Amino acid sequence: MTENSQTEVLQIIRPVSGWFDLHLTDLWRYRDLIMLFVRRDFVAVYKQTILGPLWYLLQPIMTTIVFTFVFGNIAKIPTDGVPPTLFYFAGLTVWSYFSGCLNRTSNTFVNNAGIFGKVYFPRLSVPLSVVISGLIGFFIQMTLFIAILIFYNFQGAVIGFNPLYILALPLLILQIAALGLGFGIIVSSLTTKYRDLVQLVGFGVQLWMYATPIAYPSSQVPDRWQWVIALNPMTPVVEMFRFTFLGVGTINLWQIGQSLMATVIILFIGIILFSRVEKNFMDTV
Amino acid sequence: MSDVVIKVENLWKEYRLGTISHHSMVMDLQSWWARMRGKEDPNSQISSLNSHPSSEVDRFWALQDVSFEVKRGDLIGIIGRNGAGKSTLLKILSKVTTPTRGQVTYKGRIASLLEVGTGFHPELTGRENIFLNGAILGMGKDEIRRKFDEIVDFAEVEKFIDTPVKRYSSGMYVRLAFGVAAHLEPEILIVDEVLAVGDAQFQKKCLGKMGEVGKDGRTVLFVSHNMAAVESLCQRALLLDYGKVDIIDDAASVVNYYLSKGSSRSAECQYGRELDNLHFVRSFVGVDGVCPQSIIGLASPVAIVLDYVVPSAAKQVQIVCHLWSSRDVHIMTTADVDMTPEHLEIREAGHYRVRFNIPENTLAPGEYYLSFACGVPNVHLLDEQQGPAFEITDVDSYAASWSGARKDVLLALPLKWETKQLNL
Repeated sequence: MTENSQTEVLQIIRPVSGWFDLHLTDLWRYRDLIMLFVRRDFVAVYKQTILGPLWYLLQPIMTTIVFTFVFGNIAKIPTDGVPPTLFYFAGLTVWSYFSGCLNRTSNTFVNNAGIFGKVYFPRLSVPLSVVISGLIGFFIQMTLFIAILIFYNFQGAVIGFNPLYILALPLLILQIAALGLGFGIIVSSLTTKYRDLVQLVGFGVQLWMYATPIAYPSSQVPDRWQWVIALNPMTPVVEMFRFTFLGVGTINLWQIGQSLMATVIILFIGIILFSRVEKNFMDTV
Repeated sequence: MSDVVIKVENLWKEYRLGTISHHSMVMDLQSWWARMRGKEDPNSQISSLNSHPSSEVDRFWALQDVSFEVKRGDLIGIIGRNGAGKSTLLKILSKVTTPTRGQVTYKGRIASLLEVGTGFHPELTGRENIFLNGAILGMGKDEIRRKFDEIVDFAEVEKFIDTPVKRYSSGMYVRLAFGVAAHLEPEILIVDEVLAVGDAQFQKKCLGKMGEVGKDGRTVLFVSHNMAAVESLCQRALLLDYGKVDIIDDAASVVNYYLSKGSSRSAECQYGRELDNLHFVRSFVGVDGVCPQSIIGLASPVAIVLDYVVPSAAKQVQIVCHLWSSRDVHIMTTADVDMTPEHLEIREAGHYRVRFNIPENTLAPGEYYLSFACGVPNVHLLDEQQGPAFEITDVDSYAASWSGARKDVLLALPLKWETKQLNL
């Protein structure tokens, strides 16, 4: 893309028109920026803390310990015959990436009002970079998870690992990212108008976790509540992840299809809302 | 026609005043639900008093029917008082917000320096920030890499390029930020008040760089309060006034027109009639004390004139004038009896005109306003009334190069420093 070719192109700034003015090609032009944002996020986290990336490990370890104690030892909820530590850690790895994406993209506009007010770049590059930089934490946690998995294997635990399903893992991660991003940008678009929504997101995500089979297997859910679990687009994702590495979980194609559909729709609504809001939100902040 | 790089056509921008949605989502849903059922909106009682819920009252046109064209290679200055719509215009041009009506057609890449250092992260090093900032401004990685040395050179920060910018001095910070932006090489560059930062030498360098950019066939839109810079840098200038294009012409004449535009309403105040008591008739500020003028050069005295009427002889009365900064800092109070105590004794009935001067080179560049009151000293003060407002500007004076922390000062007294070396 040379400067000359740009020079000749006539560009137009117009009032907001319609809902489908998405200009997603801009996002591709600014791909370097997205990667630099990712780098910035990572470096900033790394430089400003004592433990640096270790935080990524500490959080799931502590939560797993608490879960093992509360749900395993006190409530005695069975974990489909898998060692509880592994069971919870698998769920938490998936969930923490998802909730991280959602939480950190949900305040895109409010947090970046300063920079958004001064210079134009595709606003979507900010939440996108957040989702990508979240992968770093995810992979660190994945590594720990696999280490624990190998450890348990040597201890003689019977774990039904499904190597073929690893191929589907990238798709699974993509779906988590898309779902987190979708919800996050919907919330961030709405928070420009309703600031009180931010309060809701924090504990909403917390509650959502309990509606997802993280601390319990979906097989333990009573029949009359199964529909809640089935409607939750995160359910098949978590179950797929567990099935891949631990060989447990309830998967059915219909549910997977439904959750994929939900993901696409939510992401689509999110992008439309976000593109609509990004054009004029500076006037309302 | 092919020479026109920016074409602004009938641009309107509306802002709504006050908080747009001070109610919660629940109330919005309620209203929506009510409308869906064809019922009356339960939340509309208050606003329905003004006949139409979104009446003209809470709306405000920041830009009204603005049209102009900029040719390739033009260096055009955009001037106007605060709130005239300059920033709104720039925000639309830099795509930060969209117009309400009208459109802008442009050729090439527009980059804005609305504020230097946008997106700088204090924890990142100079090198990392160059890349990040460059990308935010729309450069690709390769483009930045090509210009990297040039930028570092320009900013004079070679030694500290791998130091986090939080350890930079503010001067280094600004130099680096301007360096990135100046090397962006967009076809159209928007500059807003960047020259308000950095030392005088660096400012010169920036001005030079901007001039250079102009010679390269690029177009620069320069927004500033620094009339001297606009005059020396730009060929043409556009004066915005209350959201409308007042005049667009060659820079020198627009600046002159702007400075001499004395009859602005705020430089003069008329007061209502009141028959029984002492009352004010008219007040204004100006240079000569004859006609009102709202923009006054730093090197001219500010003449303040007040006409008042004393219906019947009054005793123990004084006229008081307060001077305020635009940020409501009470700068001083002066009374007519301060230096002429004899007025306190008796004031015969009749019409009076008072005039006093704030000496030249006293108030720093900025906006000020006055208020008047009359009363009995140490007993009570009556009727504090708004007086005229004025702006001090710096044309070709020693204060023209003031920057940074000096931007918000109130006094500009020309003080000579006597320096001698001590042989100890």
